[in-house]
Amino acid sequence: MTVAIPRRDSIRRPGKPGEKRYGAGRIAAFAVLVVLAVSWLLPIAWAVATSLQTEADAGSAPVSWIGESGVTFAAYAKLLAEGNVPLWAVNSVLSSVAITLITVGTSAMAAYAFSRLDFRGRTWLYAVSIASIMVPPQVLIIPLYYQMLAFNMVDTYWGLILPQVIAPAMVFILKKFFDQLPVELEEAARVDGASRLRVFWSIVLPLSRPILAAVSIFVFIGAWNNFLWPFLVINDTTLMTLPVGLQTVKSAFGVQYAENMAMSILAALPLIVLFLFFQRQIIKGIATTGFGGT
Amino acid sequence: MTTTATQRPPATAPAPGKPAPRRPRRRDGLAGWGFFAPFGVLFAVFMLWPIGHGLYLSFTDQSLTGSGGDLVGFANYLEAFAEAEMWQSIGNTLWFTLLSTVPLVLIALVMALLVEQGLPGKWLWRLAFFMPYLLASTVVSLIWIWLFNPQLGAINSVLTGIGLPAQPWLQDPSLSMVSIVIATIWWTVGFNFLLYIAAIQGIPDQHYEAASLDGAGKWRQLFSITLPQLAPTTVVVVILQVLASLKVFDQIYQMMNQVVTPSTQSAIVYIFDSGFTGYRFGYASAVSYIFFAVVLLVSLVQFRITARKGS
Repeated sequence: MTVAIPRRDSIRRPGKPGEKRYGAGRIAAFAVLVVLAVSWLLPIAWAVATSLQTEADAGSAPVSWIGESGVTFAAYAKLLAEGNVPLWAVNSVLSSVAITLITVGTSAMAAYAFSRLDFRGRTWLYAVSIASIMVPPQVLIIPLYYQMLAFNMVDTYWGLILPQVIAPAMVFILKKFFDQLPVELEEAARVDGASRLRVFWSIVLPLSRPILAAVSIFVFIGAWNNFLWPFLVINDTTLMTLPVGLQTVKSAFGVQYAENMAMSILAALPLIVLFLFFQRQIIKGIATTGFGGT
Repeated sequence: MTTTATQRPPATAPAPGKPAPRRPRRRDGLAGWGFFAPFGVLFAVFMLWPIGHGLYLSFTDQSLTGSGGDLVGFANYLEAFAEAEMWQSIGNTLWFTLLSTVPLVLIALVMALLVEQGLPGKWLWRLAFFMPYLLASTVVSLIWIWLFNPQLGAINSVLTGIGLPAQPWLQDPSLSMVSIVIATIWWTVGFNFLLYIAAIQGIPDQHYEAASLDGAGKWRQLFSITLPQLAPTTVVVVILQVLASLKVFDQIYQMMNQVVTPSTQSAIVYIFDSGFTGYRFGYASAVSYIFFAVVLLVSLVQFRITARKGS
């Protein structure tokens, strides 16, 4: 397995080092890059600017970066004081962490069974698990919702979390990683009398930290931002996650532009801050997992 | 799963004295199932069961309200096949997939190639291009509804500022899909961008060193080394992107303000609408299966094309 990992010091200089000059091509490349980056940052900058205006300024022409009444944090203050945003943030953290832990834990155990343990039914169980990668979760919303009704799981944390923890693609990625771990260490531990569970916990998992981190990041971002399922299964305002809560408030508020943008920024902030701190790990995690671990 | 459990002799122990080539299999039997069980139970309950139950529902007139539930044969499928709205939703989905995949792959490639030129400020470029991917669809929709606002939106004020006419972006049926595609490109290009970054960094340096020694210029290196080396990545990126685009729901549903419009309704929106607004679970299940068949068909076509290119 060759994990293509962005390395910090691998700035490639296609020319020889001596040739590193700032010719027309480099300047053009730089210019295009700046234009692209500015276009990509402007929407967020604009959202921030709007969120710092009064509703009166945001809702009246002409459009401007700074409102006539100057910069104000009124929209944020109002949201934090009376809105459900802090509650939704807690729900988002709780459910995303739970989904990540359960998904990665169960996937890693299953992947280990598929990779190392020889048991009856292994081949076809693996085949069924991998085949199900082809099923888009979105086409299962109808029977899954029906199931939630039957289990009385509508408007519960369990209903929010459990249907989101099945990730056959992660089993596939982890199995491929386990397959290329040297088996000798595990065999030595087995000879010394360690149980399978002990081997898994004390040898395999520590050796797999990078891939576990990658998979966890991938699963966490997906869970944090998931909309369709939480939107379906949660109607109780106090149990909503951020993306779902935002949608309901947007429909209720109508034209509160500054407040809408302030809410967007608040909802976006946790992951962006996380990204600023763990940029390298997150990029590596997405790149590794996105390729299916190849 | 404990030590004692794994070492307990299996119920069907081999006859004593018989050499046991199958012993490792048997010794792992309990452990294997034990390790598989947590995933297996969840997989069976929340994946296999819904797949089967959805298929069953598609042959019934089950309603969300609990009424109905009688078997109706292929009635739901026949109705869906005759329903213009369903075909339109699938057509819209394919159109969205085409409109979004091409720029999402090309722009990501250009971004990655430029960033990997070794220009200063690499972390900043990566942050700029990847950050939107970290936003929830709701946040993206809120921001772009605001940008696309006909009177107060930033985009129209830029357009009128440079003398172009303002556009009724999301309100105009002929523009709304393009508007949603623009927002989608901004939102998710960062994912493909990262895959390309990783792939470019995986190209061995020796290739470039050898090419430089042979006097190949940068453009020559781009077309003779970088792009050919990235071909397998492009195949993966395109396949992943097509699958992702086919499943579009969030941004359409949110940016169209939960209003179902003929020009933007995607397959998932149609399924959602039939099931949860129309309460028709049986019919919506049938449409789910028809759409699933479309996804499989598209995947199969992609697979055939890439397999032929590979050979």
